[in-house]
Amino acid sequence: MAGKRREGEIVMAFDKMELNEVEVWDGNFAAAQALRQVQIDVVSAYPITPSTPIVEGYAKFLSDGYIEGEFMMVESEHAAMSGCVGAAAAGGRVATATSSQGLALMAEVLYQASGMRLPIVLNLVNRALASPLNVNGDHSDMYMVRDSGWIQFDAYNPQEVYDLNLIAFRVAEDHGIRLPAVVNQDGFMTSHTASNVRPLSDDDAYAFVGEFKPMNEMLDFDHPVTHGVQTEEDWHFEHKARQHNDLMTKVFPKIEEVFEEFEKLTGRKYNMVEGYMTEDAEVAIVCMGTSVETALEVARELREEGVKAGVVGIRVFRPWPFEYIIETLKGIKAVATLDRSSPNGAMGALYNECAGSLVNSDVKTVLTNYVYGLGGRDLTKAHVREIFADLKANADAGKATTALQQFIGVRGPKLEYL
Amino acid sequence: MANNNMGWDEFEIGAMLRSFDGAITDIALKPQEERNYSDNNSFTASVADWRINKPVYNKDYCIDCQFCWVYCPDVSIISRDKKMIGVDYDHCKGCGVCVEVCPTNPKSLLMFPEQVDEETAVAGWPEKEEKEK
Repeated sequence: MAGKRREGEIVMAFDKMELNEVEVWDGNFAAAQALRQVQIDVVSAYPITPSTPIVEGYAKFLSDGYIEGEFMMVESEHAAMSGCVGAAAAGGRVATATSSQGLALMAEVLYQASGMRLPIVLNLVNRALASPLNVNGDHSDMYMVRDSGWIQFDAYNPQEVYDLNLIAFRVAEDHGIRLPAVVNQDGFMTSHTASNVRPLSDDDAYAFVGEFKPMNEMLDFDHPVTHGVQTEEDWHFEHKARQHNDLMTKVFPKIEEVFEEFEKLTGRKYNMVEGYMTEDAEVAIVCMGTSVETALEVARELREEGVKAGVVGIRVFRPWPFEYIIETLKGIKAVATLDRSSPNGAMGALYNECAGSLVNSDVKTVLTNYVYGLGGRDLTKAHVREIFADLKANADAGKATTALQQFIGVRGPKLEYL
Repeated sequence: MANNNMGWDEFEIGAMLRSFDGAITDIALKPQEERNYSDNNSFTASVADWRINKPVYNKDYCIDCQFCWVYCPDVSIISRDKKMIGVDYDHCKGCGVCVEVCPTNPKSLLMFPEQVDEETAVAGWPEKEEKEK
């Protein structure tokens, strides 16, 4: 907090904040605090539910003198991300937040940001996509931009939102990476549910992320550079190839390194794929967001009942962690992938990614797909129990005893396919 | 870019180019040909490979009125100290606006097929057109 300065003390342009060892923050506030601690130069934003409090929080910290930066109020999400692209190309540390329809409007510029290799961090508070219009949490928006060339982290609770924001900046801004990153959290379930968060001190958080090191910045007149060039059939392919190659080969080693450093600093360990009780599991659920914690609660109960249940959470959704998922699912007889987004005429993304990872591997498992929780519909423990019961039957039979794709928690006649 | 045979691993990341070699502190005071444009700058590279007809300049009739220089949409008329020098064929797309606006009789700029050389074009230049009274 702002206090009396001692004589001779270096006067900073912003005040530091003294945080408690344990704070009670919701996901949005955790993200806003992380943005304050890493001293974002520019937030260009067009607030949208349920992500609004993130940029609101940044603006409040800015006006209260806790940040030396700039808040750009723009006329749309398209302009918000465009502002981020401009500020990042100019050489600043840049972040924003959005949800759902806002992300949809940003989509064009997301591809520009990743192709221009600008390390912007986007807090995406996951929310359903219209129509019908809906403000609650599902993963449609996350899935929509999965091929946009952004690194995608997934947080299951406010603590992870805070941690992954710090981690995202470290990874994205590395000169060997230079790719933008999304930090996902579930709309309302994470963004508006307060829980215990153990933050780093301002100094430790800033030291962990480090001073922003610009690269090919536009405002360097001694080394002038043109950003956002046009290429046709003669160059476009090579640019896209390079971006894909960096995502496939460079991002995971960097994330590993940053995860390790973060563990040393905080004791909190992150993995590309989080396996909970998977080592000896016979059956397991693969999912993302708050559902990981719901599934884990049920798996623990089932363990007491003698069922060898496990849960697999996807921590890094893009690039897709092929080898980590194979390693984690090794030995599990039946696996259910849970997709919180309507696949609209296909299998869910997690099913496809897992199937694509496993098909040529040594891991043979019965793989099924569940679509759940659309538009914020609760995934209850009873639902998860039903899924585990299906999985147990699949594991015992050594083959699928149900349809490969089922909808769970929807009213009306049972929906199952294939 | 200068080298069109570069592989995906051979250029700097990002959709970026270095348009100048070194700093750009005083370029506004220099004519284009004296600026430190890099090989990646479109000033150096030809962006006119799809032109079919080209304007040919005949200095014998030119009055240096600068109309072509003013109207050219691609800054492809080269003029220094208000004296017409010629056409920049690396950037001219062959639109013909310069020919349209040329006020001399006969015109000092005329369109010819791309493959016709300048000497031949100038040798066959039309005579002054007598206007009906």
